[in-house]
Amino acid sequence: MERISKDDVRHVAKLAELELEEKDLKRFVLQLDKVLDYVAEISSVDTEGVAPTSHVLDVKNVFRDDEPGESFTTEYALKNAPDEVDGGFKVPKID
Amino acid sequence: MERENKYEAVIGLETHVELSTVTKMFCGCRLSFGEEKNKFTCPVCLGHPGSLPVTNWKAVEYAIKIALALNCKVNKYTIFHRKNYFYPDMAKNYQISQYDIPLSSSGYLDVDMGNYTRRVGITRVHMEEDTGKLVHTGVTGRISESKATIVDYNRSGTPLIEIVTEPDIRSPEEAREYLIALRNLILFLDVSDCSMEEGSMRCDANVSVREKNSSKIGTKTEIKNLNSFKFLQKGLEYEIKRQIKVVESGDKVIQQTRHYDSKTGTTKAMRSKEEAQDYRYFPEPDLVPICLEDETIETIRKTIPELPLAKARRFKERYGLSAEDSRFLANNMEIADYFEECCRYYDNPKNIANWIMGDFSALLNKEKIAIKESKITPCNMCKMLEMVDKGKISSRMAKSVFEEMFTTGKGPEKIITERGLEQVSDESILESIIDEVIKENPGPVEQFREGKEKAMSFLIGQVMAKTKGKANPQLANKIIRKKIV
Repeated sequence: MERISKDDVRHVAKLAELELEEKDLKRFVLQLDKVLDYVAEISSVDTEGVAPTSHVLDVKNVFRDDEPGESFTTEYALKNAPDEVDGGFKVPKID
Repeated sequence: MERENKYEAVIGLETHVELSTVTKMFCGCRLSFGEEKNKFTCPVCLGHPGSLPVTNWKAVEYAIKIALALNCKVNKYTIFHRKNYFYPDMAKNYQISQYDIPLSSSGYLDVDMGNYTRRVGITRVHMEEDTGKLVHTGVTGRISESKATIVDYNRSGTPLIEIVTEPDIRSPEEAREYLIALRNLILFLDVSDCSMEEGSMRCDANVSVREKNSSKIGTKTEIKNLNSFKFLQKGLEYEIKRQIKVVESGDKVIQQTRHYDSKTGTTKAMRSKEEAQDYRYFPEPDLVPICLEDETIETIRKTIPELPLAKARRFKERYGLSAEDSRFLANNMEIADYFEECCRYYDNPKNIANWIMGDFSALLNKEKIAIKESKITPCNMCKMLEMVDKGKISSRMAKSVFEEMFTTGKGPEKIITERGLEQVSDESILESIIDEVIKENPGPVEQFREGKEKAMSFLIGQVMAKTKGKANPQLANKIIRKKIV
């Protein structure tokens, strides 16, 4: 059974800012379908009486006080920048 | 006009408010405004791999305070979600926000419209983080003409609250009054500076039109860039007219996001993306759930002061002020406190209110300062009012004394002594001056005896001239009458 269509792959690729060629689409449909099959095995587990969870750890309420910690120097922060202008990260024009 | 009366607007607002904590939502970087670019960043707010966010409790507390003040139900279990999108204003490529289990929901804000009250339902108040700031290079700064984009992450991760209303607002005026009321309320809570100029309070509007008395809701558009109370009102006015025109011509309103241009006062469709918004929300795995005890919520509730609407009602009842005056005084905590402080020293609240709303406000506006920063203490203000009541100075002189108090911070007695302004209310002094005036002006005296009231003004004028304006005019009037009738 196909769990995913070509259009779905196209949509996901777009969201991920990936350009795919037509011939790739078919390959990814098959591959992603297998991934989804694999993940679908989870639904065979009986979850009757198990509360929905949003987090794997049994931990709640982890907070910090509103006290300043250390920040990077501007120079250090910009070390990963593709390019910089006037203390700012310079990136390609965004459409 | 006729055809516009056939329709009504259905408006819902989404307001974002930056909280005034010391540090960011999920890391210890300081909040800043107008600083050098990228001065306050760290691995967390720059989205470096392996870094982990930790929630600032103060921000949660502030958010709960806002939710409670808006009569919302605070959820005892709440979690964060990731909102995924590709845009360089967030280095992580997602924004930490809330989705289907927000901090709070189902509240309302009563908006005083003068002759009626509009209750605006609050759908939800949730927590998220603000994004970085983008500057588009190029001559105009316009995105369409820029060659590159400069990113400043100082703002990235600032605690942000989103307040969403139900579509309960029916006119641009109501939208404006709602936003003003919301701002006043949040300022009272002391959790944000709510500056629309600096962007710490921002508002988007959803609007549609429908025929009056219809219960169905038309297709809406979303308007962005409504960054002042005036623009909110103007932008909505324009958009409502535009939609009515579309509907009247038999066309359909297209659901889209429109940008308000304050220069032309119009809204324009923003370039629409082919793909529908798909943020693929999922629970933020790096943050654990927040579980709130009733006790915690109640402790926070106790920190909420008397809010503007309740304060205005109390002022009206307790001090016998008009609804309008009460509202003016109660909408600003500093002014309200100042007024009440004055009421402790002086028992004519209406008179205090008049001075605060009149001369005092004019001076404060002119100097662009808050009442708290003014040099006039409530005590000195009341001393001056008493001096007027007792006839020590005329109300005309009071204005100039008040101005000097405002500039110098001196007490009213000192100013009056220094300037020799004290009103002459000593009958014996006035009597001798009036004797002179009567002797020197037989004509007008005769005219007054013949019943010409106008002649009295002339005679009082003469007394004022001789006393350099210091004579108590009521007393002078009384003595002249006694002497010549």
